[in-house]
Amino acid sequence: MSLTADEVNKIAHLARLGIDKQDVAAYANDLSGMLDLMTRMSEVNTDDVEPMAHPMDQAQRLRVDKVTELNHREAFQEIAPQVEAGLYLVPKVIE
Amino acid sequence: MHNKTLAELSLGLQAKTFSSVELTQCFLDRINQHQQLNAYITVTTELAMAQAKAADQRIANGTADLLTGIPIAQKDIFCTQGVVTTCGSKMLANFSAPYNATVVDKFNLAGAVMLGKLNMDEFAMGSSNETSYFGAVRNPWNINSVPGGSSGGSAAAVSARLAASATGTDTGGSIRQPAALCGITGLKPTYGRVSRYGMIAYASSLDQGGPMTRSAEDAAIMLQAMAGFDEKDSTSVDVPVPDYRANLNKSLVGLKIGLPKEFFGEGLDENVAATLVTAIDEYRRLGAEIIDISMPNLKLAIPAYYVIAPAECSANLSRFDGVRYGYRCDNPTDLTDLYTRSRGEAFGKEVKRRILMGTYALSTGYYDAYYLKAQKIRRLISEDFKAALASVDVIMGPVTPSTAFGIGEKMDDPIAMYLSDIYTIAINLAGVPAMSIPAGFVAGMPVGLQLIGDYFSEDRLLNIAHQYQQVTDWHNFIPTGFE
Repeated sequence: MSLTADEVNKIAHLARLGIDKQDVAAYANDLSGMLDLMTRMSEVNTDDVEPMAHPMDQAQRLRVDKVTELNHREAFQEIAPQVEAGLYLVPKVIE
Repeated sequence: MHNKTLAELSLGLQAKTFSSVELTQCFLDRINQHQQLNAYITVTTELAMAQAKAADQRIANGTADLLTGIPIAQKDIFCTQGVVTTCGSKMLANFSAPYNATVVDKFNLAGAVMLGKLNMDEFAMGSSNETSYFGAVRNPWNINSVPGGSSGGSAAAVSARLAASATGTDTGGSIRQPAALCGITGLKPTYGRVSRYGMIAYASSLDQGGPMTRSAEDAAIMLQAMAGFDEKDSTSVDVPVPDYRANLNKSLVGLKIGLPKEFFGEGLDENVAATLVTAIDEYRRLGAEIIDISMPNLKLAIPAYYVIAPAECSANLSRFDGVRYGYRCDNPTDLTDLYTRSRGEAFGKEVKRRILMGTYALSTGYYDAYYLKAQKIRRLISEDFKAALASVDVIMGPVTPSTAFGIGEKMDDPIAMYLSDIYTIAINLAGVPAMSIPAGFVAGMPVGLQLIGDYFSEDRLLNIAHQYQQVTDWHNFIPTGFE
């Protein structure tokens, strides 16, 4: 199985990940190599196998429904690249 | 002082043979002398000296813990409030976490001294420490070789005596492989044993923190401080923590060791194999019984891992968006440009490769063929371990196919790099604990022996490792120039 440059660009867009034009062919080649490795999985029949998402197979713990966290807004915003008046700044979204 | 074990250092501090300030200064001087290894990303000189002074006070007051005053170092994946946590990436080159990882809090509570933050592969993705934004780490046994990864800085620092011990994390072998390549002892605990809170996530169902030390006894002391249930980590497991040193001296007579034939086949360097056979003979002399076993699905671990880990990584790393923390590109034209360029400019090639792979494996039309299939294979691998560990006490095998390879040797061939993880990856998929212990040398480079146990059998693994270290001295060898 091999991926084309177009497919790599499409995946990069889905991941909102900038990749250099000159690297696209190398990524296509590397990902194709990884996919080749994965074809080995199809050698095994897994029709009746339950997928395993997590090593412990345990149910998610529940906690008491009460407020335990304090508001750390200022500490969190202190490390943000751009904030103003307690708000995170991003480029204009709505015209 | 720097060649003493944690237990010896603790005794020396309690007896006031030396102070924590003197000990800390000794390690800081060594770090300064051996900068060529590039083991540290950040050295926290002032903090370390302040912590050492506080530790000496605590020792004088008689309120000291076993680790009080002992200088250790943290892999730069553990968040430290007030000290930059980079995760080996340009993305977090200036990131100062607003809180401590639970592991860091636990060491602070014990009164340990933090010397600094250790170099690592970017976001723990790599097997050679070459993907770090802060440059490759060098192996103290041969500075032209890699130390392994992703906890390469931790392994190099402990091996070169630039810290009394260190923390690491292991998603597919990132504690055990560098431990093997640098000749130290590394333990990846059972998934859920050590809190992942504040440990920057790579693949959440596989990541686990653990100790990287000079001996099994030191690993027991470190794990004692690190392990335990944590409400802040929803995957932390509420199982009592035993006294990890209590059973170190238990006899190994009657121990059943399983050797999977899949671990000793094609691809394993013959000199490494011969070294492991000698080590296993030593266990036979200690009274163990060797049993040949088979784990037929091990060969599928690499393909399953390189679907699951990238899938989880692509989800985890989506949090780096240039908005809330981390790197942000200059003059974004719109929101998509902000995301795309911030991520594009700040992630390295290996991280990008895995995000792309994971995004592809999770995308419409491919989810069943890759992600679901890999999760089913994961079940089969896990069942192989359960079946094997029902008939033997411990599984032994190699950690790596060869000794440390040269810096730059595999960087152009990511697939070859992934294949070098062949003996470690399956353990993370199953979630069982495993160790790497020094078992000898091939052409002057260290070889690791892997010990794999059942869920929550860390105390048994430590006992098995410690008994070997009582009759061998591979773990006491010091690389030339770092005596």
